[in-house]
Amino acid sequence: MHDQQARIKSHIESHRHMAGALMPLLHAIQDDLGYIPEECYNLVAKALNLSIAEVHGVVTFYHHFRTKPPGRHVLQVCRAESCQAMGCTALETHVKSALGIDYHETTSDGTITLEPVYCLGNCACSPAIMLDDQVYGRVSPQQVEHLLASAREVS
Amino acid sequence: MNTVYIPRDSSALSLGANQVAAAIAKKAAARHLPIQIARNGSRGMFWLEPLVEVATPHGRMAYGPVTPEQVSSLFDAGFLDGGDHALCLGLTDELPWMKHQERLTFARVGITDPVSLQDYIAHDGYKGLRNAIAMAPQDIVQQVTDSGLRGRGGAAFPTGIKWKTVLEATAEQKYIVCNADEGDSGTFSDRMIMEGDPFVLIEGMTIAGIAVGATQGYIYVRSEYPHSIAALNLAIKSAYEAGYLGRGILGSQLDFYLEVRRAAGAYVCGEETALLESLEGKRGLVRFKPPLPAISGLFGKPTVINNVISLATVPIILDKGSAYYRDYGMGRSRGTLPIQLAGNIKHGGLVEKAFGITLRELLYDYGGGSATGRPIKAVQVGGPLGAYLPESQFDTPLDYEEFSKLWAVLGHGGIVAFDDTVDMAHMARYAFEFCAIESCGKCTPCRIGSTRGVEVMDKIIAGTEHAQSVALVRDLSDTMLNGSLCALGGMTPYPVLSALNHFPEDFGLLKKEQAA
Ligand SMILES: NC(=O)c1ccc[n+]([C@@H]2O[C@H](COP(=O)([O-])OP(=O)(O)OC[C@H]3O[C@@H](n4cnc5c(N)ncnc54)[C@H](O)[C@@H]3O)[C@@H](O)[C@H]2O)c1
Ligand SMILES: Cc1cc2nc3c(=O)[nH]c(=O)nc-3n(C[C@H](O)[C@H](O)[C@H](O)COP(=O)(O)O)c2cc1C
Ligand code: SF4
Ligand code: FES
Repeated sequence: MHDQQARIKSHIESHRHMAGALMPLLHAIQDDLGYIPEECYNLVAKALNLSIAEVHGVVTFYHHFRTKPPGRHVLQVCRAESCQAMGCTALETHVKSALGIDYHETTSDGTITLEPVYCLGNCACSPAIMLDDQVYGRVSPQQVEHLLASAREVS
Repeated sequence: MNTVYIPRDSSALSLGANQVAAAIAKKAAARHLPIQIARNGSRGMFWLEPLVEVATPHGRMAYGPVTPEQVSSLFDAGFLDGGDHALCLGLTDELPWMKHQERLTFARVGITDPVSLQDYIAHDGYKGLRNAIAMAPQDIVQQVTDSGLRGRGGAAFPTGIKWKTVLEATAEQKYIVCNADEGDSGTFSDRMIMEGDPFVLIEGMTIAGIAVGATQGYIYVRSEYPHSIAALNLAIKSAYEAGYLGRGILGSQLDFYLEVRRAAGAYVCGEETALLESLEGKRGLVRFKPPLPAISGLFGKPTVINNVISLATVPIILDKGSAYYRDYGMGRSRGTLPIQLAGNIKHGGLVEKAFGITLRELLYDYGGGSATGRPIKAVQVGGPLGAYLPESQFDTPLDYEEFSKLWAVLGHGGIVAFDDTVDMAHMARYAFEFCAIESCGKCTPCRIGSTRGVEVMDKIIAGTEHAQSVALVRDLSDTMLNGSLCALGGMTPYPVLSALNHFPEDFGLLKKEQAA
């Protein structure tokens, strides 16, 4: 906890003088900690001369920011039109039942968080998913299961 | 030493390009063959990725799609010298897909090493900037106006006129903002430029800065594009080091500073005023217009905000002249459009062609028909806010005005194909659902209308209160069309009503009932 606060403070120090500093700062915090702890709102607000409500408003507006720690891996399944044209609806159903969770949830063992995403720019290779920072194209349900299994092993 | 090209484009990576590169490096080392591996952008033939090319005296020879398991047999076949193999496709430039394109904006993508400044310069890079530095700002703006270039983000507003407004505004600080939020499903041309030729975007923004008197630029890139962000940051660093960015560009009196900013997954932040709010560190709420960003934009200062492709097209215009660019195209749609073929299509990828090519040519001559081999029932052009077009409209040429006549849009040039298994009522429901998820909430027609739309579509799909529900969809669409502050609410009726009008049978209506 102490360490976390020190890290947040150092991100604040390295970002506070940027023009429009809030977004880059929130990204830095989430990149480092995996989420944006609500306890840091007042520190961030004070440093950037904002109200806590403003910081809260920004964090909750953007789909990318999370206020709870995610699982060790984040799986995003694209559900936009191009991927729908290539069967992502069936893929979504399959993944949800294989993991036993819905979107925005984390498996009970804490390994996988499932999120929807609306286009990964991989539409010529639909259906597409993103596991952590890696995009996969033309994926089959079997391939996703395989990827998840290896993610679980290394985690 | 032989050079082997293996793309670093994220679609190629999504199909295993890194594993193929590793297998080739390993095999070459084991066989003591000295090779150089270049990580280029993608040629845009995604059904062939990972596409491996080798330099031969006749040009680059293409092999694909390559899997790591096939690498050994490629070496056995002597692919380093262009040897024959089942995966050999012939010379890349002679492939029909490549041969008939008109690649102006994409001239270097897939050819050069994207993050090598030397390579960029060796392939005509920074010629436009050198010309611009020697010109009066008014003349740069005039060149862009004369080229006929219109905003490639989707609204097709003349780029030169926008720049003129900013040039004529007086302020001690002005900004250039690149809209790289590319939220539309079925589009990836911005991504391919950022990953495949980031310097061309940097050059375009620098020219924009000189033209309007702006010294600071921002590129707002969606967070879903980590590889684009990485490539841009590498290229920006080299540009600073070599004097192409920063103080006194190329020994002139002109300064231009450039920075990448990451978005955070809100589709509405592609709307220019929501994007500016986000850059300022706020929620992405759409602003009322006027004032236009050109007058009062980022931090209240005059701001040029343009799409990636608009800005990346400026260098070739300044290099070859406005007439060169304007001579491509038809009607009031001048130049070329990087078209993206996606969805249920056999050959998906990037086709840059002069305006005027028809949907049918794109879908069948380039696309090869559907991926499933079934008939193509509908295409959505221009992203989630674009209309669905039925087969009877496939002979429409790509031209902003021709599409308007059909109550359709070209948008950012994305084409998503659907085969005959698609249920258009479900697609209409999804259009409302997407709008509800992404609405910024500032105006009622969009915020409430989209949620109501989902409920009503559920009734239509279930077949309850059918006639009233169809009438209600039309009413809701009318309200959203006329009462929304921005095009998210205002254009969601395009996919909804086009689906209803062209495919009434999917809504449980007979064709002749549709007028009801
Ligand atoms: N690329 C994508 O991912 C994506 C996503 C959603 C929507 N869109 C497109 O966005 C379009 C709507 O965009 P919009 O709401 O920004 O359109 P708009 O017509 O309001 O504006 C177009 C551009 O022209 C500028 N402009 C207009 N009049 C001007 C003037 N007199 N002087 C100077 N500049 C002027 C605007 O500031 C803006 O930059 C839709 O047509 C849709 O196709 C694109
Ligand atoms: C909801 C919505 C989303 C948009 N998303 C994008 C986008 O991702 N990229 C883009 O360039 N323009 C997008 N636009 C259009 C921009 O508002 C603006 O017209 C464009 O950036 C201007 O640049 P251009 O003139 O070069 O096209 C969007 C518009 C709306 C209404
Ligand atoms: S139409 Fe929707 S997204 Fe646009 S301003 Fe209104 S509520 Fe926001
Ligand atoms: S729609 Fe799924 S990657 Fe674009």
